[in-house]
Amino acid sequence: MSGVAQMTIGHRDAERYEGKDFGFWLYLMSDAVIFTLLFATNLVMDGNPAGGPTPKDVFELDRAAAETALLLLSSATFGVAAVALSAGERGKVVLWLAITLLLGAGFIYLEIDEFAGMIAEGAGPDRSGFLSAFFTLVGTHGLHVTVGLVWILVMIGQVLTKGISAPVASRLMRLGLFWHFLDIIWVVIFSVVYLPGVL
Amino acid sequence: MDIFGRLTIDSLPFYSAVAASGAAVTVLGGLAVAGAITYFGAWRMVMTRWVSSLDHKKIGIMYIMLALVMLVRGFVDAAMMRSQQAIAYNNEGYLPPDHFDQIFSSHGTIMIFFMAMPFLSGLANLIVPQQIGSRDVAFPFMNSVSLWLTTAGAGLMLTSLVVGKFSTAGWTAYPPYSGVEYTPGVGVDYWLWMVFISGFATTMTGINFLVTIFKCRAPGMTMFRLPLFTWTIFITSVLIIFAFPALTVACAMLILDRNFGFHFFTNDMGGNMMNYINLFWLWGHPEVYILILPAFGVFSEVVATFSQKRLFGYISLVCATIAIGLLSFTVWLHHFFTMGSSAKVNSFFGTMTTIISVPTGVKVFDWLLTMYRGRIIFKPPMLFTIGFLVTFVIGCLSGVLLALPPIDYMMHNTTFLVAHFHNMIIPGVLFGYLAGYMYWFPKAFGFKLNEKWGTRAFWCWIVGFYIAFMPLYVLGMLGMPRRMEHYDIAAWQPHLVVAWVGAFIILLGMICLAVQLIVSIRERNEALDLSGDAWNGRSLEWATASPAAPYNFAVLPKVESRDAWWDMKQRGVAYQRPEKYEDIVMPKNTYAGLVIGVAGGVFGFAAIWWMWWLAFLALAVIAGTIIYRASDDDDEFIILASEVKAIEDERFARLAKAPKNEMADEPGFAGESAAEPAT
Repeated sequence: MSGVAQMTIGHRDAERYEGKDFGFWLYLMSDAVIFTLLFATNLVMDGNPAGGPTPKDVFELDRAAAETALLLLSSATFGVAAVALSAGERGKVVLWLAITLLLGAGFIYLEIDEFAGMIAEGAGPDRSGFLSAFFTLVGTHGLHVTVGLVWILVMIGQVLTKGISAPVASRLMRLGLFWHFLDIIWVVIFSVVYLPGVL
Repeated sequence: MDIFGRLTIDSLPFYSAVAASGAAVTVLGGLAVAGAITYFGAWRMVMTRWVSSLDHKKIGIMYIMLALVMLVRGFVDAAMMRSQQAIAYNNEGYLPPDHFDQIFSSHGTIMIFFMAMPFLSGLANLIVPQQIGSRDVAFPFMNSVSLWLTTAGAGLMLTSLVVGKFSTAGWTAYPPYSGVEYTPGVGVDYWLWMVFISGFATTMTGINFLVTIFKCRAPGMTMFRLPLFTWTIFITSVLIIFAFPALTVACAMLILDRNFGFHFFTNDMGGNMMNYINLFWLWGHPEVYILILPAFGVFSEVVATFSQKRLFGYISLVCATIAIGLLSFTVWLHHFFTMGSSAKVNSFFGTMTTIISVPTGVKVFDWLLTMYRGRIIFKPPMLFTIGFLVTFVIGCLSGVLLALPPIDYMMHNTTFLVAHFHNMIIPGVLFGYLAGYMYWFPKAFGFKLNEKWGTRAFWCWIVGFYIAFMPLYVLGMLGMPRRMEHYDIAAWQPHLVVAWVGAFIILLGMICLAVQLIVSIRERNEALDLSGDAWNGRSLEWATASPAAPYNFAVLPKVESRDAWWDMKQRGVAYQRPEKYEDIVMPKNTYAGLVIGVAGGVFGFAAIWWMWWLAFLALAVIAGTIIYRASDDDDEFIILASEVKAIEDERFARLAKAPKNEMADEPGFAGESAAEPAT
């Protein structure tokens, strides 16, 4: 293959990554609509406890604050990983991705513990319309974070085996978009679901 | 807890002769296809050249094949309903209520989700990359995943005919009736999971085409030089990306209600069933435009080509398309005026609904003015276009009537409504897609479809349509509710018999379509499209060979005006041989899309029947395939310049044998360098 052909392929790759980033933004917008509708449903239904527990009874602000801290911190550590990526420091990328993974896993642990506690108290999603909407919204976010964790794990594997190649770096950038997006959703969950529920 | 969940031997349809024969036809049909492939020794060809293909043209053809198969199934449902209603005056007819309800539910579900949507995706796949001068879509692999997940949804639809029963809750599945309290069993779950899975596929298609149209255009192909069909796919993609999440959310919530005891839409425990209906139509109304805008795009291409004239009012057509896209999100409540919102809310949505007919009217005038002083050649695609214009306007008028809340209160849930939306969807959507199918068939296969049978199909469809649906307007006025299994009002029966005759004429139209396909394949050597420009076309898809090479364009075209191909022909730069060819990079074929599709179908089936272990296994397979694929950086191959040259040499040899202009023998041919009438 001639040098010219290689150059045109390189140019084509750059365009491909640009297209992939744009496509991923579109996916995030579509996902944002899903969350918007879940928020709307939550607002419609949080006045329907059906004689069961109300937001005040089931929400623990301390726990929500801890979850928030973990997730926000994980966004910051992902940012450090992204800086290491642009500096081309492979070891640091893996290290900070691993820290992000741990923080995210801690968030998921707290959330599962919260859900399990509520279900044990008889405040599960089948108790009332309010709790159905709550579990679905927060659970959908949790599911996204779990997918994000698997994705981080896969990317750690890719960085270790493939190094920081152009396709790996491009995937890491999209993973970053996804991870920060989930952070924003969580901030809205905290301010629209937990805070008004307790205050 | 056993491994088959709630699936038992009683789920097989031996309880009714009609249901059993439906199942038998489905199973035998599947076996016949498999047998035919085996008989012709074609498995290797089918698997390596089609199923695993990432070529957008082949994916498009497979989508359209799926759509045509499902069109037959959906039509059979319609014919069964018409027959039942024609005879069921003061008697039970031949279908028990439970079965009749399944049939009207599956008819709507199939026609929207598994006929119209795949047809749309198919035409977009086949044509859009060629119209914008691209070699492929932005995400060829995701394209394959979309195709196979859509097929998985359609597969679940066909499975429901054999294993278990389908939903009786209509194609909209309104709670609380669709809730587990009133409709236990698997029917609604079949509906939910097939819609959920194919909805994912459609969302991915929307993202794919938006990025394709944004990022993959040939040099010089600015947004305002895009052919109208591409414009409509562009706006449709936007609508898909923003509307389909609402369907996903509504389905997910109803799934949780039915299977896990949630209370989103239940009567008690704080459920709110109107939330479902809002969410559903928040998707459902944009969906109407998702379906019809691409058909408008087809009509715009066809009307200009066969009037041999530049499309009238290009900018106004684009603006009307964008306006319809925006307004389509502001009218959803007109599907349930009778919910009992305040007069102010109803007036708002009634007004918006009336307003959305304005850009549609603009389009109708643009098409009429394109024909005005054009030299019209009456090929079947053009016949469908003219039939659409005349018929669609009637549907629009009944729509504006229904947009007025007081009238809607009178007509809600009557056959007047059924007549109205069939009056929009059959001429608007189906005629458009059939016109596109006949117009672009030579581009896909290299020969034209038989005109005589195409014309017969058109006349059967349009005459059948009027005879089948005009009586339903009258019946609605007479107060007949939709979806009646039997009735005791003598005055209704004559109209229903007439409608049955109409359905029979449409059956003749279906047969004409089948005959057309068979005759065309047999006599293909007499209708070869050697030049690639079968209709003396105007846009870039006619610049490629028919069928196009895997890479579409050996050298990417340089676009200098609207109607790019017409412009090239005028300037004498069409069909130019480049001095040398370059290597072309294309995506490798892969079975990963098929694996994800099959696993998606298995997941749906397992979730419907509560075989949770199998559902998790299928999900694991999907996740594993995605991770495997996402870690594979060697997913492309190179077509060497020498191979490109060989393919192109063959094309130029065929071109030399082609007539100078494919349309030159047509009466009314305006000449290939006909001056453009001033607009």
